[in-house]
Amino acid sequence: MAVLLRRGAPYLVLVLAAAAILFPFLWMILTSLKPETEIVRFPPKLFPDHFTLESYKNIWNRIPFLTLFKNSVIFSVGVTVVSLVFDSMAAFAFARLRFPGKDKAFVLILVALMIPVQVTMIPLFLMLNDWGWIDTFLGLMVPRATNAFGIFMLRQFFIGLPKELDESARMDGCSELRLYARIIIPLAKPAIASLAIFHLMYNWNDLMWPLIITTSKEMRTIPAGLALFMGQHVVEYGVLTAGVTISIAPLVIAFLCAQTYFVQGIAFTGLKE
Amino acid sequence: MISLKRRKFTPDRQTRAAIWFLLPSMVTLCLFVFWPIVDSFWLSFRHWNLMEAGREFIGFNNYRVLMQDERFWNSVYNTVYYTFGTVPLCIVASLGLALLCNAALRGLSVFKAIYFLPVITSFAVISIVWGFLMDPDIGLLTYYLNKIGLNMPDMLRSTTWAMPAVILVAIWKNVGFNLVILLAGLQGIPVSLYEAAKLDGANAFQRFWSVTLPSLRHTLLFVVIISVISSFQVFDQVYVMTRGGPLNTTETIVYYIYHQGFELLDMGYASSMAWLLFMVVFLITIVQLRLFRFDQTD
Repeated sequence: MAVLLRRGAPYLVLVLAAAAILFPFLWMILTSLKPETEIVRFPPKLFPDHFTLESYKNIWNRIPFLTLFKNSVIFSVGVTVVSLVFDSMAAFAFARLRFPGKDKAFVLILVALMIPVQVTMIPLFLMLNDWGWIDTFLGLMVPRATNAFGIFMLRQFFIGLPKELDESARMDGCSELRLYARIIIPLAKPAIASLAIFHLMYNWNDLMWPLIITTSKEMRTIPAGLALFMGQHVVEYGVLTAGVTISIAPLVIAFLCAQTYFVQGIAFTGLKE
Repeated sequence: MISLKRRKFTPDRQTRAAIWFLLPSMVTLCLFVFWPIVDSFWLSFRHWNLMEAGREFIGFNNYRVLMQDERFWNSVYNTVYYTFGTVPLCIVASLGLALLCNAALRGLSVFKAIYFLPVITSFAVISIVWGFLMDPDIGLLTYYLNKIGLNMPDMLRSTTWAMPAVILVAIWKNVGFNLVILLAGLQGIPVSLYEAAKLDGANAFQRFWSVTLPSLRHTLLFVVIISVISSFQVFDQVYVMTRGGPLNTTETIVYYIYHQGFELLDMGYASSMAWLLFMVVFLITIVQLRLFRFDQTD
């Protein structure tokens, strides 16, 4: 009995913690499936008496949810693709090429890592405003075309690849571009996948940047759009929970399929000194 | 001769290649990170409100006003309150769970995946759900708490309870992040250390105190610092759950910067605050780098 208790107690704590973590998700999904009358009924109940997809039908015209979703996809996928190319190019130069001033240039990357976005947002807003880039995809995406963290992370990975690769490739008359595109990048697929997920997650979830850079309803991403909608229509519980569920779903599905890449990207932030 | 020639030639070729490989990201970083940080410094010495004409130089005036701005000090207090409320509790909780996960033989990956779910969701978006859960009318959490006799007020509209509510959500959100890092640290501790301690007759608590904690100090320190830095930048859940209210009791530094810069459009004043925040975060980072270097030499 004592043994059973000693073995069981840790699991009990783990299960209780898991329940606490899952509770908001469970409530969210179940609420999005309730008719409005049941959501506002007192006392509130966790499980619906009747399941309905009403909220999932209404969301498309109550909130311009399709527009939000489309904007979020363009913004996060676009930034991810461009940033992966630029990050990996810079990382390649830092890890595999010899050139004067390399160490000093790399210190710049480390300094950029330490600058919080909240500090640069005001001058950035003013600059993009001067350029007429406010409320455009250019304004949303171009400032994020590269990322110091991405350069740093890929450089660490590229440095770990054997030096003989470059030497023998250069002996065979391989150009630097070919070396980068045909040898280094294919070998770095796991690191690139982790970074891709990191970028996707960061931009898909971001609130502040889209909130500042977009001004019209047509340009909002999901987090900014839902947050503003909530401010104006607090009582649309069903529609909002449905929106939240839809917006979380892609990342959760991707997470369940490719867990290691998610965790690696996060765990790597644990390695950066 | 031939090899000498090649050695002389190669660096040039590599330098030329490096310029092209670095160009896109260096231009982007200069335009959108380095120039803005310099510009922000310059702005902080100007009176520049988008609603008014002119952007005259006013020296340290913004900083002087800031030092006497009660609402700014209130936001500093709230940020510190939030940090002290979130960081210790979150780290203790995630360390506890990491230890249990590490000891668990079965289902480890399932638990890890569940605890990680909040980490991958948007803070802003999931705060909408938390806001509903804490609603006095439809909120299931409020209802349950009342049922066990706690008699909760409307949490997010109570000057006493709004900040603890925001803190609760932050802990829920970040436990999984810390857990993953701590678990990696735990798994790096050599088993031989525990075996030696066992042979010396150390009980479970002594083993934790004299083997686990010292071996984990690197990881723990890292988690503390990264948590403090991100707590100083809190914005999303405050924006969604309380908008800094009630009576500014949840208004944090970044929220106040946002309010001054993007609601009142006082760019100069907001920049002076942003620069102070930058200095604080920068100092914490420098301390972090120092501590780690110090640790590596001993």
